[in-house]
Amino acid sequence: MKTDVVVIGAGAVGCAIARELSKYELDITVVDKNEDVGGDASKSNSAIIHTGYDASPGTLESELVVAANPMYDEIARDLDVQFERIGAILPAITDEQLEQLPAIKDKAMRNRVYDVEYLTREDVLRMEPEINPEVRAALYIPRESIIDPFVLVQAYAENAFANGVHFLLSTKVTDIRTGDGHIQSVITTGGEIETKWVINAAALFCDEIAGMVGKRCYDVVPRRGQFYILDKNTSCKVKHIVLPIPTKVTKGRLMSPTVHGNMLIGPTAEDLDDKTATETTAEGLKSIRVDVEKLVPRVNWRDAIIQFSGLRPNRVPEGLHVDTYEDLKGYINLSGVRSTGLTLSAAMGKYVAHLMVSLGMNAPFKKNFIGTRKGITRFADLSVEQKAALIEEQPLYGNIVCRCETVTEQEILEAIHRPLGARSVDAVKRRVRPGTGRCQAGFCTPKVIEILARELNVPASEIMKNEKGSYYVVGDMR
Amino acid sequence: MQRITCDVLVIGAGPAGLAASIAAKQEGAEKVLIVERDESIGGILQQCIHPGFGLSYFKEELTGPEYYARFADKTLELGVEVLLNTMVLDITDEDVVCISAKDGLSIIKAGSIVLAMGCRERTRHQLTIPGSRPSGVFTAGTAQRLMNRENAMIGRRVVILGSGDIGMIMARRMTLEGAKVIAVVELNDYLAGLTRNKVQCLDDFEIPLLMKHTITDIKGRKRIESVTVCEVDANNIPIPETAVEYPCDTLLLSVGLIPENELTHKAEIDISPITNGPVVNQYMQTSREDVFACGNVVHVNDLVDNVSLESERAGQYAAKYALGKLKKREDVIQAQPGRNVRYICPQQIVNAEDGGEINLYFRVAGPEEKVRILVKTGDKVIVQKKALRVNPGEMEHMRFDAREITSPDLTVEVMKEAI
Repeated sequence: MKTDVVVIGAGAVGCAIARELSKYELDITVVDKNEDVGGDASKSNSAIIHTGYDASPGTLESELVVAANPMYDEIARDLDVQFERIGAILPAITDEQLEQLPAIKDKAMRNRVYDVEYLTREDVLRMEPEINPEVRAALYIPRESIIDPFVLVQAYAENAFANGVHFLLSTKVTDIRTGDGHIQSVITTGGEIETKWVINAAALFCDEIAGMVGKRCYDVVPRRGQFYILDKNTSCKVKHIVLPIPTKVTKGRLMSPTVHGNMLIGPTAEDLDDKTATETTAEGLKSIRVDVEKLVPRVNWRDAIIQFSGLRPNRVPEGLHVDTYEDLKGYINLSGVRSTGLTLSAAMGKYVAHLMVSLGMNAPFKKNFIGTRKGITRFADLSVEQKAALIEEQPLYGNIVCRCETVTEQEILEAIHRPLGARSVDAVKRRVRPGTGRCQAGFCTPKVIEILARELNVPASEIMKNEKGSYYVVGDMR
Repeated sequence: MQRITCDVLVIGAGPAGLAASIAAKQEGAEKVLIVERDESIGGILQQCIHPGFGLSYFKEELTGPEYYARFADKTLELGVEVLLNTMVLDITDEDVVCISAKDGLSIIKAGSIVLAMGCRERTRHQLTIPGSRPSGVFTAGTAQRLMNRENAMIGRRVVILGSGDIGMIMARRMTLEGAKVIAVVELNDYLAGLTRNKVQCLDDFEIPLLMKHTITDIKGRKRIESVTVCEVDANNIPIPETAVEYPCDTLLLSVGLIPENELTHKAEIDISPITNGPVVNQYMQTSREDVFACGNVVHVNDLVDNVSLESERAGQYAAKYALGKLKKREDVIQAQPGRNVRYICPQQIVNAEDGGEINLYFRVAGPEEKVRILVKTGDKVIVQKKALRVNPGEMEHMRFDAREITSPDLTVEVMKEAI
């Protein structure tokens, strides 16, 4: 295989870079070890598009996050991604916290997030009645926003694909060949790819990739974040992202609506050694409950429908870095892409493309770049008249597969058959949401397995939850 | 878009919906329509291929499919109409919106509605069991569906959490299919399901039942590889020193059922926080007077025979309402759970002075031996009975005439018998 650019990692940042580069006449190949686009950290996080108000002023991270936030109105529109500017409230409950507000506001100003405002106690309780009534005052950060993180990455990837980007999934990079101070090729489990450029967007594993070219001058320490998701019908809901005031030890746990109307609560911050340790723990979950009840006392944990955890690729030494090397032309190394990675992906795409141009990449712009992507129609969100019309047009919209989230068979078929389509039950779930409701796939699992097996023409025993080995069914009983 | 009119609309063609539709027809409702989301009628009984049904209703032992077939035959005979593969999306003040691939979107105007949507299973996340999230963790009912309706074998080494009936039945089922069931793990010191299921499904197959134990961890990144089982203390808190790791490829959960009330919520009908089902009176009428409810959507039953009886009442009174023959409800009396009673269903008695048989179903809060069960109004005991033992897993039942309620209150209590 031969290509111009290999992007390692199909998470938010890798896919955003691939999409941006697909504006040029370049042959681009994205390689990822997972069976689906969406990465590791990109699919298990707080689903927030940050403003950067609390970044370290003057850093690359601050620059990119602050630059990225305003881009999302357009991205959400062009790529058909659910996105809402709901704003964040940072309540000060104790005197000590009250004293911290000016410093937080000052930092926001230094990060050029000028629209942060003070709220009085009355304002807070009017805007967000579920906040602890002992609240003294708060900061309001209007552009903190929520997004569907799965669909964002899928949308970047699908749009990149529409513009000619190749995706090699379930493909692990095992080595990178260099020579004459240049990148030569990338060796993968799917073969060798000759290339001029390698962009290391491997996040959790970016240190190992850097090691393959002798540029490992840092380590990635996975920082686990555990979360709760509550039922849409839960008795205590918030309308804004409710953020805790950080302490010296932790940034704390937040409570936020999701774009689908659930409540998302978390995360923990636990530094681990194992880059695959996505378990939840009794202690971690308990610490979330204890902390969040201080902010929102009436949270109803009985309405929890799932707990999950994700790993942020924390860099040691700390900091977001985009490195290029005099002695290794064609290699761009991204490291320290952590909890702000989802947000800064939009800016990172542009940053890396510009960096490549400055390093001599002189491919012309594509004349026929396709800038938009149409998502899968969400039947549940339509009016009665629209639903009636849609079923008339395509009867499979009349077959409900997931009763909790009202997901139709037609949506599942589209998730499977569109480019970079779903091959596993989780991949279907991340595209069109069967199994994300209160029964947690109790009713729809057999149906989704059946549809996948039918559409991919394989026996049910070959349908996986996600990776190879995560089978549901051993085989036919008789 | 099609518009349909009917006298009684029944949502769900499981045992509750079938019995309600038959009773509605027999009461004189002309057009009775069932809307069912599955491809066939029978509800959960379609996958309950084991015997044990019908002992009280038919005085003979039937399998699930045999049990519902008798009701199905009757619905056909009486001319009940059924829309299959049809999902109700919404119940508004005026009508009911449903969809199917065959008929598209339909708007149904009904004289009365019977909710019979059944229940769903509690999941590992509702119990907050920590650990990884591999495949191979199934609710017992999902496993039962895969095996009994889809002919799919789901695993070879099985641990079951919870001593609910479906879990115990699946322990036997999987054993019969050649799987090794390592243990059934129960948090409480009493059985969640029926004693007969413990005898027939666990004891007869020498499957260990670990009472006062729970699962504290799930391991495995792809398919489940093991669970950690711990003994619990008097407050049901796991004792870490007792942890034992059991290798397995399958974990089944039989940890409770929750009435499925999405539509009830949408219709803004009062829901009991204890049963998680709609609050009903003796006619199985909900807070919205044209909406009735029956079966597991109201409260989770352990015997389908009770569901059938209760659903017949719902169907009968729904028909009366649709025909304009049901008296307005007045003098609402709330049935109050007294000592060691968790909930009572129906929760309300109306128009008591008109008389009529009242069937109070209830569950005790904790197991107890040698007790006396009393139904009281004011200082008067309406009806009482002795019981050798009561258990939250087995529903209790008291019957009396509404005219006996002479004070504006009604209490059920379980008292320890003086020795």
